[in-house]
Order: sequence, then C-alpha cells, then structure tokens
Amino acid sequence: MTDIEYAPAPETVPVEIAARYGLFIDGHFVAPRSGKYRVTTNPATEQPLTEVAEANAKDVDLAVASARKALKPWMKLSASARAQFLFRIARRIQERSRELAVLETLDSGKPIKESRDDDLPLVAQHFFHHAGWCDKLAYAFPGAKLEPVGVCGQVIPWNFPLLMLAWKIAPALACGNTVVLKPAETTPLTALRLAEIFDECGLPPGVVNIITGGPEAGKALIAHDGLDKVAFTGSTEVGKAIAATLAGTGRKLTLELGGKSPHIIFADAAIDQAIEGVVSGIWFNQGEVCCAGSRLFVEERILHTFIERLKARMQTLRVGDPMDKNTDVGAINSKEQLERIQHFIKLGAAEGATQFECGGALPTKGYFCRPCLFTNVQPSHTIAREEIFGPVLSVMSFRTPEEAIQRANNTNYGLSAGVWTEKGAKALEMAARLKAGVIWLNTFNRFDPSAPFGGYRESGFGREGGRQGLRAYLKVDGR
Amino acid sequence: MTSNNTSTVQGVVKTYKLFINGAFPRSESGRSLAVKNAKGRVLAHVSHASRKDLRDAVEAAHGAQTKWANATAYNRGQVLYRIAEMIQAREEECVALLCATGKVTPSAARKEVALSIERCIAWAGWTDKIGAILGGKQPVAGPYLVYSSPEPVGVVVAIAPAEQPLLGLLSVLLPALAVGNAVVLCCGGPNPLIAATFGEALATSDVPAGVANVLTGKIAELIPWIASHRDVQGCIAAGLSKADARALELGIAENMKRVTILDRNTNLADPAVLHSPWIVEKLVEIKTVWHPSAL
Repeated sequence: MTDIEYAPAPETVPVEIAARYGLFIDGHFVAPRSGKYRVTTNPATEQPLTEVAEANAKDVDLAVASARKALKPWMKLSASARAQFLFRIARRIQERSRELAVLETLDSGKPIKESRDDDLPLVAQHFFHHAGWCDKLAYAFPGAKLEPVGVCGQVIPWNFPLLMLAWKIAPALACGNTVVLKPAETTPLTALRLAEIFDECGLPPGVVNIITGGPEAGKALIAHDGLDKVAFTGSTEVGKAIAATLAGTGRKLTLELGGKSPHIIFADAAIDQAIEGVVSGIWFNQGEVCCAGSRLFVEERILHTFIERLKARMQTLRVGDPMDKNTDVGAINSKEQLERIQHFIKLGAAEGATQFECGGALPTKGYFCRPCLFTNVQPSHTIAREEIFGPVLSVMSFRTPEEAIQRANNTNYGLSAGVWTEKGAKALEMAARLKAGVIWLNTFNRFDPSAPFGGYRESGFGREGGRQGLRAYLKVDGR
Repeated sequence: MTSNNTSTVQGVVKTYKLFINGAFPRSESGRSLAVKNAKGRVLAHVSHASRKDLRDAVEAAHGAQTKWANATAYNRGQVLYRIAEMIQAREEECVALLCATGKVTPSAARKEVALSIERCIAWAGWTDKIGAILGGKQPVAGPYLVYSSPEPVGVVVAIAPAEQPLLGLLSVLLPALAVGNAVVLCCGGPNPLIAATFGEALATSDVPAGVANVLTGKIAELIPWIASHRDVQGCIAAGLSKADARALELGIAENMKRVTILDRNTNLADPAVLHSPWIVEKLVEIKTVWHPSAL
C-alpha cells in the first residue's frame, strides 16, 4: 500500500476562554463557597486551559435551593412558553456550534471532526426534539395523570460532555423540571459555555444550575435530600453506589452505565461495510463510548481474512492532534484514563492474548493511545469481560448463530449490540434474542433524539430519547 | 359470616402447599403458618416459604421464561383469560376463603372476586396491544428503519399486598405475566388461604409449568433474599412497609433489578391505574433496533 501523507489541517476558529470560571447558580456565575478552583487542561497538549470552581456541599445546597425556588414558576409557565425557550436554545447551539465544537475538542481531546459532525448536530437536535414535546406530554402517556418530577440532580461523564448534557437537560426542562447539573471534572468548559447560552436565551434564573467539581461535589449532589430525582451516566460501580444511597428515599433514579457490547460478524455480511462498522464501533471517540462494540465475534470461517483486512484498515487511522480536521483518533481524556487503558492492555498480553496495534508516531506531548486489537482472547480474559473505555478491541470467534447469541449475552451488561449479515430473517432474529437496549443491524453507533437509548441489566435502567425517554422526567399516575 | 361459608374450610383442616414449577411441594424448611378465624380457631396451615424455596421458584421461572416470552401474544392472552374462567368457576370457594378469617363480609368478598375477574380480562386483552402503546417506529433523521419494542425483563418477583388478597395478588402478577415475564408470586398477610389455593387455579389454567409460581409465608423475611438474588431481573410490589420498600430497593444496587413499588395508598379497585399500561414500564425493557434503509 502506498503511503498517504496528509498535510496538517488545523481547525483555526479562535475561542475565547476566560481565566477563571465560577459556578452557574440562580442565573449568575458566582465564586464557590469552597474558595477552591481546579485547573482544567487540554489532554492533547497537557497545557492548562483555565481554572474552574470546585463546588463543595455548601455550593450544592445553594444550587439545589436555586432550582427549588425556580421550580414552581417554571412548572406554571405555559407549555408553549417552555417550548419557546428550548427551541431558542437549540437555535443558538446551532449558531454557535463551531465555537462549541472547538471548545469541546480542546477540553476533551476528541477529534474536531467528531465534535463538529457528530456531537454538536446531535446536541442541537436533542434540544429541538424536546422543545416540541413540551406541549404534547399528555399525548405521550394517554390516560395517565402527569406531573413534573421536580428538582433533578444530574451527573454526567466526560466522553460526550455536551451531548450528555443535552440528553439530561432537554427532556428535564421539556417536562417542567428544574435541574442542577454537574459536568465531569475533566470536561466542564462546554457546560459552562452552554450556561451562557441559557442566560442569553432568557431562561429564568435557577431553572438550570451548573456546578463544577470532582467526586466530592458529585456525591454531595447525588445524596442531597432537596432533590426529587437523580440521573447519572457513568460507571456501573458508581451507579450501584448511587442506587444504594437512594433506596427508600422516594427519589426517582435513572442510570445509564457501562457496557461490554458485542459486535457480531457473520460470514454472509457485506465485509467492507462491516469493517467500517467495527472501526466506528470501537475507535469512534477513542473507544471512550459506553456502547462501544468492544467484543468482536467473527464467524470462524472468515476470521482470518476479516482480521487481516481489519488490521490493514487500522493502519490508515490517523492518530494525533484532535484539532486537525483529518484526525480520526484524538487524545485520551485524561492521564488517569490513559493509565487505566494501558493497564488493561498489559493485562491482555499477560493473560495470553495477542496484541496488534496501529503503527505511526504519536505526538510527544498529550495522552495518546494507539488503537489496538487482541486476538486469541478467551471469554474469561479480563479484556473480554471488563469495560476498558478505550481503543481496545477483543476479538473472538463463533461457529453457529446460537453460539454467537450465547457468547454475546454472556455478560452482566446489556447496552448495545451490533450484527452484520445480509440475511434479513437472521438479522431480525438476532435482534430479538440479543439482550441489549440498542441493536444496530448492519450499522453501528447511530444516535437520534427520537430513538430511545439505554441498557438492559447492569448497563442501567431508563431510556434517554423519544417518547420513552420522557418517562424519566415525569411522574405518571404518581409514580 | 354465615355457617355455610365457614363449613367449607372448617371441615378441611390441612396444610396448603407451595406451587413451584407446576408442582405442589411443601416448604423445604418444613415450616408452616397457622391461619385462624375470628375466634382464634385454626382453619388451616399454609407453607411458610424459605430462602431455598425462593431459589427453587426462581430457577423454575428461569427455565420457563423464554418459552413464555416467545409464545405469541395471542396465546398469552388466552392463557390469562383462562385464569378468569377458572376464578369464575371457583367463585364460591374464593368467596368462602376470603371470608374465612372473619375480616371480610361476603358481599365485600363477592365484589373482590368480581373485580379480580375484571382484572384478568383486562390483562388478557393487553398482551397483543401493549407493544403498540409502549413501542413504535421512530422517525430518526437519517436513512434508517428504527423501531422500539417492549421485551420482558425476565424473571419477576411479584409481592402481593396483605389486603384484598385475591385482587392484590392478581394486580401484581398479571401485568408481569402479560408482557412475557415468568413470575414468582410471594404472598403473606393474615389471610393467605386464597394465595395458597391459587396455584390450583393456575395449574388448571394452561399456564405452563414454572411461568407462575406461588410462595406463601412472611414477606419481610423473604425481601432481603429477593433483593439480593442476582437472577431476579424485576420486582413489583404492593402494600409494603417503608422499611420493606427500602430493603427491596437495595436490590437495585445488587444487580440493577427493575423495581416497581405501588404506593400503600394505591386503590386496588381503581382500573385507571391498575389496568393501565404505564404500570408495566419497569417490567419491560425497551429495545431499539436500527437497520439502514437504502437501495
């Protein structure tokens, strides 16, 4: 294969970043009671971007009180007025999407290609979709008595900072709730920029409060007895602890947790397309995706050729500067996450699997990890069981559809599953028998605000998106 | 209470058994509970289910669940309708059992049986319609066919309230069965006689063995085992105390069980809530399937 060298194509839109950010409470940016700030860095350069307030329990109290104060007037507002705020927010996100995409990439390390073409369009669409629900809730649950849940505490992860924010805030507001949202400690900047947009759109003070900080702030928020509901996206381990905290409190809970999703390739698949699906499935967003197709099951008689072609395709992935428009795989979100991924890669080799990784030089600064795959993986291996949240694919094989189903379902998780076959009946039967909340047939990693997303089993409960997603933010017949 | 009503049970003092996997075993623990009438006289004994009985029932439910879920919705509807027919046929016996402990008047018991039959009919009719309400085709912004549909969560433990024992057990059992779950029904309270005989109605209602299992005993004692059981995917409960509700919700932290708790104030007679599809939301998983649509 001829070498293809790409000239650098850096994204050059300048984005202003203030020297310091406070907490967004009651419609204003305020200094934290804690008096503490935390530096947030660009994971691709390890350079500091700015410093951000570190909320403590006192700050959380203020944010929850602000959301409580705002609740009644917000509930009483006409549905059409609520819709107008959300439509306006969606529009402003579209208008400022380049700025937001750049900021997202700077703070998170994800390629600008993805934040520009995937994250931001979905964020705007999510607000637009939910704006339209505001005055139609009664049609979503015919015959039921509906009320907003109340004050919602929402804690989101660092892999899709703005998209996860949209998934949480848009339905909450559409259903008449107010929120206190905590972005991840490594990716607070776009949430704070969105706070400015909320303010700019005239959203009443206190309807959305954004508090930044680490685990201390997160724990204080989740356990706060001034909340009516907690929504969390993150690890299964933390999700279980939250469930235990909330047991018996009467507060509602939805959890979107981890995954170890199977990606099944039959011999009768359209192979070129399946290769692209596998690439997107595990190397989109550096594999830092809860629904990543991290367990690849290939039908045995095509295993060898499929893996050879996949390896060849891997070599064309461009790993490096996330701000370069040609980059396919950007920086890992943090040093801590990079070390976690490297730990799993070492473990994979130590447990007897065979590693293959992309070639090419990595930037000398920043947290980068070459996409890699492991062959000779046994189902008992750690890399075949635990969520890595990185660009690491475990390859296994199967002989019959029954075996594929059995092996795919042999996990405590159940977030997504992918199947590639050109046989319609087989694809549909696989979809019926795989235990996962989202099934991608002959495609992977597709998202839409109208399509419910969420897991079976230990991947959490509740759905986000669509009519079904509204359920998380409404009391239906008092429940 | 009329002498006619008491005679049917007073004459037959026996120990009612559990209903597991289509059979009627005694509790492996050997324990039983006495059920007394208003004067304190023992009417009968019911088996006092243990943790091990619960495990056996969950195992039986697991064995039966896939086949029940894969039965056509039409078929499941007919089976649930058959339960209504069996209760109708045993109406006099049901009334007598409800009245046996002297807490309920015959007219109240008759009303409860009538409501119970209505509940069966309502859920028999839901099996092939609930997918249209809870699921549907999704209008995504791209060339894909996307549909969402409800699927059963798997094995569900249904905890019946102590009050209105027949209507109560049906209220938690039927929604779980209708959507394709296999169920372990747990019944406690001062009058478990109707629950203890309900297995007999199930056994003659074409409900496949293991799909519905009935345990009698003490709810509070079983709850920690229900909560911690990793092969139980869902729970639906009514009439729980605050402490029991909390203990059950700890099961969410164990294996992310889906837990539906009907408030103690829930009016079991109200079809607006108890015949509503919104009651099964945590007894199903919504699965969303994507496929490209292109030439």
